[in-house]
Amino acid sequence: MNSSELLSVVTFGYGIAATLYLVSWIFQKPFSSQLAKWASILTVIGNLAGFFMRWAESYDLGIGHAPLSNMYESLVFFALTIGVIYLFVEYRYRNPMIGTFSAPIAFLAMAYASMSPNISDRIQPLVPALKSNWLIAHVFTCFLGYAAFAIAFGISIMYLLKQREHPGGEGLLAYLPELNVLDDLTHRMVLFGFLFLSVGIITGAVWANSAWGSYWSWDPKETWSLITWFIYATLLHARLIRGWYGKKIAYLSVIGFVATLFTYFGVNYLPGLHSYGSF
Amino acid sequence: MAAKNPIWKFFVSIRLTVVLLLSLAATSIIGTLVPQNASPEAYFHEYGAFLYRLFDILHIFDMYHSWWFQLLLLLLTVNIITCSIDRLIRTWELIFPKETSFKLSAFQNLKQKESFTDPRLPKELENEFTAIVTKAFGPPRVEKTDQGFSLFAEKWRWTRLGVYIVHSSILFLIAGAMIGSMFGFEGYVNIPEGERIDHVQLRNSDRVQHLGFDIQCNDFNLTTYKNGAPKEYRSSLTILENEKTILTKDIIVNDPLRYKGISIFQSSYGEIPAEQAETPSFSADDIQLAFFVNASGMVYKQKAEVGKPLEIPEGMGKFVVMEVKESASFMGQNIGEALIGILTPVAGEPVEVILPIHFHNFDKMRRGKVVISVVHQNEKQSLEKKPGKKRYYTGLQVVKDPGVWVVYTGFIVMIVGIIITFFMSHQRLCVDVSRKGSKSRIMVAGTANKNKLGMGIRAEKIARRLGKPKN
Repeated sequence: MNSSELLSVVTFGYGIAATLYLVSWIFQKPFSSQLAKWASILTVIGNLAGFFMRWAESYDLGIGHAPLSNMYESLVFFALTIGVIYLFVEYRYRNPMIGTFSAPIAFLAMAYASMSPNISDRIQPLVPALKSNWLIAHVFTCFLGYAAFAIAFGISIMYLLKQREHPGGEGLLAYLPELNVLDDLTHRMVLFGFLFLSVGIITGAVWANSAWGSYWSWDPKETWSLITWFIYATLLHARLIRGWYGKKIAYLSVIGFVATLFTYFGVNYLPGLHSYGSF
Repeated sequence: MAAKNPIWKFFVSIRLTVVLLLSLAATSIIGTLVPQNASPEAYFHEYGAFLYRLFDILHIFDMYHSWWFQLLLLLLTVNIITCSIDRLIRTWELIFPKETSFKLSAFQNLKQKESFTDPRLPKELENEFTAIVTKAFGPPRVEKTDQGFSLFAEKWRWTRLGVYIVHSSILFLIAGAMIGSMFGFEGYVNIPEGERIDHVQLRNSDRVQHLGFDIQCNDFNLTTYKNGAPKEYRSSLTILENEKTILTKDIIVNDPLRYKGISIFQSSYGEIPAEQAETPSFSADDIQLAFFVNASGMVYKQKAEVGKPLEIPEGMGKFVVMEVKESASFMGQNIGEALIGILTPVAGEPVEVILPIHFHNFDKMRRGKVVISVVHQNEKQSLEKKPGKKRYYTGLQVVKDPGVWVVYTGFIVMIVGIIITFFMSHQRLCVDVSRKGSKSRIMVAGTANKNKLGMGIRAEKIARRLGKPKN
């Protein structure tokens, strides 16, 4: 089995995990959420294995490089970071609802990577601009940030659903974690994501300076990462200084994730230098 | 005094910070939708007369350097400085009082605290407890109470300053950027193999910059992978000063040459046409096209003939020139002489591409993965023929930026500051021991300015070490 085949199975695995989480939420079967957790753990292990197999395969082809160089590889890594972070948070908070709203994002990322006709899973050699030690540091930190924002988004969606619940209400919303827990978790995920987005932008700037002689040139991807940074900086200041919490923070977190997605995907439709992540 | 100053009051508001951050985010989008620094002709044809005038007045075509965008950045800087000073003045005495004091009652009122008893008397416990707290948390202050003693310890009080560290990093970034724009330059130059230059053309400017030394291109080499994608661009360069060789180094992308504060980067390359092309006007027999590949940032120059398909490097597909029009029109506008060609990507539909001879950046508007332009006759290097071997020129980016180390300092300060601000907190611990009959009653409580829950868990662990039985 090669890495592409394994990663197709991983796509399937995230789909199963997401379905099991959903089943356990709707029918309140603890057994199902246990299964979902184990499906997630196995899938994340498979995802990690696929990542390293692809790395090894590139060496077999004589063009060895970390599998972080195009859209397919970045989506695989994105799903992996989401999987690792949500399993960690789920373990810490002992609440399977975290996975319910995160596993589908990992599944969509992998499904897009595996099924989109525009995305090739061929291992390609690195173009000269990508041959740098900064590649791993830059992509790794950026995607940790993106994944944290993705999970913050999932939790914010839970918050926005939960706050529509009538007091003392039953039904699906009653099973979501308490509002203050969700609010606190969103904040924590944004702190984590903000640190890594900052480090990602900084490593990118240092790399750009060593490749092109300019640490900042307002290319669309750079600019969009800065826009995302501005939005999350607004969230943090509004919360810490003006005491915003709850709904307002959840909405800002959703807007921030939309900007994150645009930084990741949308920028490929704009003119610019930074199209390594393109199809 | 400061509080009454209306200007100060305007800048010291966090509402201003939020408005500025969101305005910067919103306006930044414009420059990612409208390509920056293309030629006026190209803009004119893309947007039409009215929008062109409007965008021009608003500096949309170079918006990140426009006065209004820079003004937003300046306002944000002033806002950050005033807010930081204001808060620092107000909280300095709270953060660093002349004498730090602990109130036992403050800890007793905490919701989360641990209580247990020990069969010994308080005075028997004092030394042992002090040693344990010192080891597990930090050296405590011992205060005698009526019934026994209290231990108080704290650490990382200074982390309350973390946010000011982050804010100061922004000042480093701005200072570095200003030093760079005042004392640095950004230029480019093409050097044919075997030749040398002593000056470069500045970007977005008509001026040239003299370097104070010569750069000689000894050799240029292009290697490709089996599939034809570029593997490496390598230029062998020699630096000469007063006709004396100073140093020779090969540069590749990601590994520039640095000399006297000036950095020389591999940026593009091209082939020198075999015959001398000195004809002043455009001729259909001698078309040279430049293919700019977005993904790699490289420019490839190739000769083209009408009707003969060209393979675009990096597997970007095929391009064929269909005809040369003396007067072409685009969206109802006359754009003068132009080539009409068909671009066939590897996957996807062929598209018709119009390449006006006089508008260099016209094809940028198509927003394709490859930007095609017609090379002007006068840009071609006139060189003596060297039949048999292909001659290349290397395209270099030549940059001087003395502010870069200030910016890098800002980067490090920012990361360190964010870690301190987000993940470290001022933690305080209290252990109170009071006599209860022939035993001791012990209360352990901890608090922090951030992550109170985490500190509670830590206090519980310390309570265990002091002898709290497991639940």
